[in-house]
Amino acid sequence: MTARHPLQFVPAEEFKARTRAATDDAHLRQSFRSAMDFLMAKRAAQFPDDSALQRQRETAEAIRRYSLARLPELLEQLERRLTANGVHVHWAENGDEANAIIIDIARRHSAKLMVKGKSMVSEETELNHAMEAAGIDALESDMGEYIVQLDGEKPSHIIMPAIHKTKQQIARLFAEKVPGVSYTESVDALIGIGRAVLREKFMQADIGLSGVNFAVAETGTLCLVENEGNGRMCTTVPRVHVAITGIEKVVEKLEHVPPLYGLLTRSATGQAITTYFNMISGPRKPDEQDGPEEVHLVLLDNNRSQAYADEQMRATLQCIRCGACMNHCPVYTRIGGHAYGTTYPGPIGEIISPHMMGLAATHALPTASSLCGACAEVCPVKIPIPDLLIRLRGEATHDAPAGRAPLLGQGAAKSRLMDAVWAGWAALYTRPALYRAFAWLATRFRALTPPVQSGWTASRTPLRPAPRSLREQLAERRRAHR
Amino acid sequence: MHRDIPDGPRPTDVYFFATCLVDLFCPEAGMDAITLLEREGIRVHFPESQTCCGQPAYTSGYAEQARAVARTQLDLFPQDWPVIVPSGSCAGMMRHHYPKLFAGDSVLQPRAEALAERVFELSEFLLRVLRVQWQDRGQPTTVALHTSCSARREMGTHEHARALLGQLSGVELVTQAHESECCGFGGTFSLKHPAISSAMAGDKADALKASGAETFLSADCGCMLNINHTLQKRKDAFQGKHLATFLLERTGRGEKR
Ligand code: SF4
Repeated sequence: MTARHPLQFVPAEEFKARTRAATDDAHLRQSFRSAMDFLMAKRAAQFPDDSALQRQRETAEAIRRYSLARLPELLEQLERRLTANGVHVHWAENGDEANAIIIDIARRHSAKLMVKGKSMVSEETELNHAMEAAGIDALESDMGEYIVQLDGEKPSHIIMPAIHKTKQQIARLFAEKVPGVSYTESVDALIGIGRAVLREKFMQADIGLSGVNFAVAETGTLCLVENEGNGRMCTTVPRVHVAITGIEKVVEKLEHVPPLYGLLTRSATGQAITTYFNMISGPRKPDEQDGPEEVHLVLLDNNRSQAYADEQMRATLQCIRCGACMNHCPVYTRIGGHAYGTTYPGPIGEIISPHMMGLAATHALPTASSLCGACAEVCPVKIPIPDLLIRLRGEATHDAPAGRAPLLGQGAAKSRLMDAVWAGWAALYTRPALYRAFAWLATRFRALTPPVQSGWTASRTPLRPAPRSLREQLAERRRAHR
Repeated sequence: MHRDIPDGPRPTDVYFFATCLVDLFCPEAGMDAITLLEREGIRVHFPESQTCCGQPAYTSGYAEQARAVARTQLDLFPQDWPVIVPSGSCAGMMRHHYPKLFAGDSVLQPRAEALAERVFELSEFLLRVLRVQWQDRGQPTTVALHTSCSARREMGTHEHARALLGQLSGVELVTQAHESECCGFGGTFSLKHPAISSAMAGDKADALKASGAETFLSADCGCMLNINHTLQKRKDAFQGKHLATFLLERTGRGEKR
């Protein structure tokens, strides 16, 4: 049975211990493997023509790079347009500030209940905790999010929050936690139960919260991609709608949205288009029948600006949160999302969490990759994830170069021992004569190779040099031919 | 990934960059690769001062040490001959990462770029430059192919290897489940994250065995050692071999064409 991971606030530092627990968990391994196989097949079916896909990726990458290159002015333009549309724009430097802004809005409306559409940024700020502490109920309305919230967990995947759970686990959870519900494994019945609960709540809620997939600067439009219709409910039924997003989500023009949207849904769930695509440009107008009376947008930095400031690491912010990198990641497939202990798991989490949480807490994450490159191959906006992982490995183990500000947690994994190991390695491999002597000794004394070799021999026989190195064999051959 | 191969006279001489793993751990694969080249009438030069491409330090974030080692290799290839590497991931390092490693250095960057242009993974060179056409001389057999991820993504090795194997009439290539997935070697990754790496290696060994192939082939010594030693630990007799070794066995060891 799945080892229960500590749920909220899992320290990223304990990553390695959790990877062992996860890889030992046959059930977890099997369920992630089959879920990821399913998602990979769905995505592949959407891209039958590779050259077309490559062209689309180039377009999407260009749009994201263009938007980021102009980020400060686009954000200002977005604020101006939204304000003109009657939307209140707030800026939050970190998660606590974002939460305080939202709690303040809630208090002004004497809110008791907030319904939430899916928002990873609100997971990032731990909004649910902050709301609870402030005495306001925050209820997740995306079915997957609803399930993990009911069980006191965090999402294990950015698109499918409850992907780690089996039908049986959900059935048991509902029977235990939803009043008046008896055990059923029928997926339709389970969805029906969740729907019935949520329907009620949409009507009662004072505030609806949502994320944002694309914020269009020129028109002041917040675009929201979803399948269940709960996003539309959250953003139209309650009196107040609060949207929260990271500062990187802005694009300049409406026409920049379709190329990104088309790749987002195909890469994420293998859908050509989602069931719902919401475009929100302001509160209800006097002559309109529906919609909230008040709309807010909270723009969160949370140290994204650190990635932004660096030419190479800025690419991290191109991400459109499709989750394809985790679906294709052999490491994520083995350990699942919870093991990472971060809001964003998988390859994108490994490159963005060090900015948000600092390298002291997260330096193990960029090392948890074989650099196989599957992520970069599928990333719809062509983020060179392996290069960024290598970069972060370097930042974690070294001081900042002279004249450059250190990253948060810079050098947290610095180790005299590792410095010495790599210095020794370089000394050996930059001195051919020394290396030849080493190779001679290693082959002659191969019987002395240690039988236990760090992590290698846990599941493998020891590595042993050959009796003669290639260069010696070549030298012998030359002599024989003479 | 696929470079344009300029039409030109067939090379008469090549450099052989064995890589540190082949030199010490898989020298037979290196010898077999050299024999394959020589059999095509190519003079193979082995620069005695070669050591390692620098990849282990590079991927571990020790760029300075990687640069120092890579710098030493830059001097090894004075003639304008192709540099043949019997390992996709090291070839990828030299071809794609050397220019980045020396980016901004007005002297070394152009040299790294010029070298990168000449670097070929073995199967790529055999197929696309030498355009070998081989006769199979072996008994019917089935094989599975595991290409390292960097070989696949940076060098297109899976396609080159497949095309070479396709020339062998008695060889049936079977495809293992999750064929393109990483075997979990990843250099220092296997030491830093043994639990994850072992899980990946174990799954890869299972998939290769379940493919029903008699043996599996790899153009990368690292992957091959990872998978073979995993199988050995299980006391499983199923083992893989280097592509060069297999190609030589099938087309006649020691035969002159
Ligand atoms: S990094 Fe790329 S693949 Fe991963 S979630 Fe972001 S856009 Fe998708």
